[in-house]
Amino acid sequence: MKLSEVPMDDANVLEGKTSFVQYAVDNEGKYVEVKSPGFKPQNIALEQAWEEVEENIKVSADLVLENKKSPIYFFMHQEIMDVKILSEYVDMPRWKVKRHLNPRNFSKLSDDVLQKYVKLFKLNSVEDLKQFDLVKWNLRK
Amino acid sequence: MEFEEIDFEHKISAHCENGVVANLLKHYGLQLSEPMVFGIGSGIFFTYLPFIKLNGAPVTSFRPMPGAIFKRINKCLGIKTITKKFPSNPKLSMEELDRLLSKRIPVGMVVGVYNLTYFPAPLKFHFNAHNIVVYRKEGNNYLVSDPIMENPEWISDEDLEVVRYAKGTYKPKGKLYYINQVPQQIDIKKAIKRAIKYSSIMMVKAPGPVIGVSGMRLLAKAIAKWPKKYDSKRAARNLGSVIRMQEEIGTGGAGFRFLYAAFLQEASSIFNSNELSKLSDEMTLIGDKWRKFAVNSGRVVKNRPQNNESYHSVSKELMEIADLEEDLFKNLFKLKL
Repeated sequence: MKLSEVPMDDANVLEGKTSFVQYAVDNEGKYVEVKSPGFKPQNIALEQAWEEVEENIKVSADLVLENKKSPIYFFMHQEIMDVKILSEYVDMPRWKVKRHLNPRNFSKLSDDVLQKYVKLFKLNSVEDLKQFDLVKWNLRK
Repeated sequence: MEFEEIDFEHKISAHCENGVVANLLKHYGLQLSEPMVFGIGSGIFFTYLPFIKLNGAPVTSFRPMPGAIFKRINKCLGIKTITKKFPSNPKLSMEELDRLLSKRIPVGMVVGVYNLTYFPAPLKFHFNAHNIVVYRKEGNNYLVSDPIMENPEWISDEDLEVVRYAKGTYKPKGKLYYINQVPQQIDIKKAIKRAIKYSSIMMVKAPGPVIGVSGMRLLAKAIAKWPKKYDSKRAARNLGSVIRMQEEIGTGGAGFRFLYAAFLQEASSIFNSNELSKLSDEMTLIGDKWRKFAVNSGRVVKNRPQNNESYHSVSKELMEIADLEEDLFKNLFKLKL
């Protein structure tokens, strides 16, 4: 890659906080460091990944509103987690966490258990988790 | 505990592990460029692991296991380091960090980026193999030299503990490391020779189908099958994840290929070797091909075509790159320096 070929495709991936260091060849054929804000294919791939996250959040919100999934399911997706990562963060076995995603099991959970999720999802109280208010949580992000 | 200031120089780099190692070595009087650290650390690599999933897509990696570059460079240069893990005791690991800082030792550590407060939000995924150096404590805050960031950043003790105990694939488990001893004299030529041999073996002679050029061919074959095997969305996601591993944070472009070309170039002037210089040029051309592969794959990801053709064509590109890399690393292996 020549100096003139270093991609300068800025999609605000770095929010102006830093730049990507790239290595390219100057006119004398010597490698030098160049700072770049991004590269188009990388921006596309990243955008695709975030689109998928957003879509998952939307679908999960609908499922919670239809009472097919518990609110934990929504917050799990909002934190880009799956059951495996979630179970590790709340330090409970995977099968248990899976049960908590079911609204019927969720309604029977003790405050102690709910508190673990409240803490992880940085909610204010157990009520925040129980009273699922989509407008409120979408605003938060 | 008293914390004196540590005179540590932060420098941004392409890759976090290179950067941390280069910055730490410099602190102990050994100045090596990022490409040199990367080359001697045998950072050039490829693996495709279809059976391990990360964020829902099979793992492609252009770098060895986290920590491998540091381990290799220590071995080749005779540097003594100490590594500690605290799997279930965050309190102890934070106390150990403070103890080291109070002795004016800059401390390297592995963290997850998802909860890394100062990180650019679009890059915050559950990725756990990020390296940073902590070199100062003031009140409840730590000063971090993160090689991905332009400037040093502050982080609170609570936030640091969270990222040091991130969950998911490759849990850091509070791992920290620091340099104990740097030898008075190093034999850089010997280290380079050894590293080149090691890398060529990994790239062309490693057993099994997943590592080095074999891994590239395995991935190329898989890419050709994705549009048949999966719906257009999932196929695009898989290919998108390859691009991200190749170009996102830390590769210096083209999945480290330009960094390695820069290393070969620096080595060629140390050995005064025309052959090495020629191989560096070849590596640059291969890097350009990787770039083209990313551009074409990016197009496929964006358009999500229903036909198989576009997947076949990027698969073919990757096959060609594998052939070129096989030649290059075979020549590197044979090279007498």
